[in-house]
Amino acid sequence: MLPKSRGTLSAAVFNALQSGATAGLEPAPESDEDAQIALWALYELHYRGFEEVDPDLEWDADLLRLRRGLERPFEAELQRRWAQSDLHADPELDLARLIDGHDGPSLARFVQRKADREQVLEILQHRSLYHLKEADPTSWVVPRLDTRPKAAMMEILFDEYGDGDPNRLHHHLFRRGMEAAGLRTDHACYVDEAPVEILAMNNALSLFGLHRRLRGAALGHFAAFESTSSVPSRQLAQGLRRLDFPEEMAAYYDEHVEADSVHEQVARRDVCGAYLEENPSDRDLLFLGAFTCLDLEARYARAMLARWDAA
Amino acid sequence: MSDFEHASIVLCPAGPMLLRGEHEIQDADGKTHRTVRPVSAVCMCGGSAIKPWCDGTHRLIAAKARGDDETDG
Ligand code: FES
Repeated sequence: MLPKSRGTLSAAVFNALQSGATAGLEPAPESDEDAQIALWALYELHYRGFEEVDPDLEWDADLLRLRRGLERPFEAELQRRWAQSDLHADPELDLARLIDGHDGPSLARFVQRKADREQVLEILQHRSLYHLKEADPTSWVVPRLDTRPKAAMMEILFDEYGDGDPNRLHHHLFRRGMEAAGLRTDHACYVDEAPVEILAMNNALSLFGLHRRLRGAALGHFAAFESTSSVPSRQLAQGLRRLDFPEEMAAYYDEHVEADSVHEQVARRDVCGAYLEENPSDRDLLFLGAFTCLDLEARYARAMLARWDAA
Repeated sequence: MSDFEHASIVLCPAGPMLLRGEHEIQDADGKTHRTVRPVSAVCMCGGSAIKPWCDGTHRLIAAKARGDDETDG
């Protein structure tokens, strides 16, 4: 199902997706939210699509032109945020310093200690937008890598995808957890609940994943994501158990404590390290990706904590 | 001779030991754990709550040593 529109542009885009009359759409959103939901839906054509949308529209030239018109200002905004950060000015910056040096509010700690059941359910719904297609946006990058980073990336992705066992596939584990917690589990079924910060996080992943030019950013994002996952996952699992959520939901996070401790190391050393040796001029792109991951996560956490008055 | 270095045991600075391939590991209590992934991370800092595996706690230990704000789990 297409999401609800959030402004004039997204309304026009969703109409066009349904009717197939895609000519003449201009990338003139009413608001950031309008732009992000439109962009999210356009990206979604490359993942699972929508029942009511002709799959042929995935490569419709008018829609691709529109998507490009939305991506350019979005990418420029991500670049601007990165260029303005203190870390950007650090002359000795490397990936480890960037990841360890970034600090933002932690939603996981809030869940661990204080959140109530309703708040956690809300977070799970928001997260489901990504977790139900976990690792998919990063998989676009694989054919664009050379031998060493490609092999290392596959070592991790194989694990993300369950090591050959569908029961252990990460987005399946999340689906099982949601089911047990009484939530809906259809792909992207909670998109209408997702705040603009979540849409931006998902769109950044797709932007980096779908453009070969930005593959360095996709790898940096991936390394930052995996590196900031195991400790928060432990806190989330503890919070879920504190609130008596079903074991399946906590088990999803348990798996990430263990798996991402491995993925972090391989992503930093063997994926990003090897990639940078071969593509030294992509250093800033790699940092852009890592920073964007941490920055958008912090933005989402700030928004939620402020909403709940819990900062 | 292979073209690339690809060690099956890798010691990460101030972090875990990476183990590639299938192994059985006996923990300090004599219990045996089987690896289930292509690469596993074995805790070397002693702080993990899921030993023998690493759970990222070594980062908190490093952060504390740097004098950062507590980020306890
Ligand atoms: S080495 Fe990572 S928790 Fe001990």
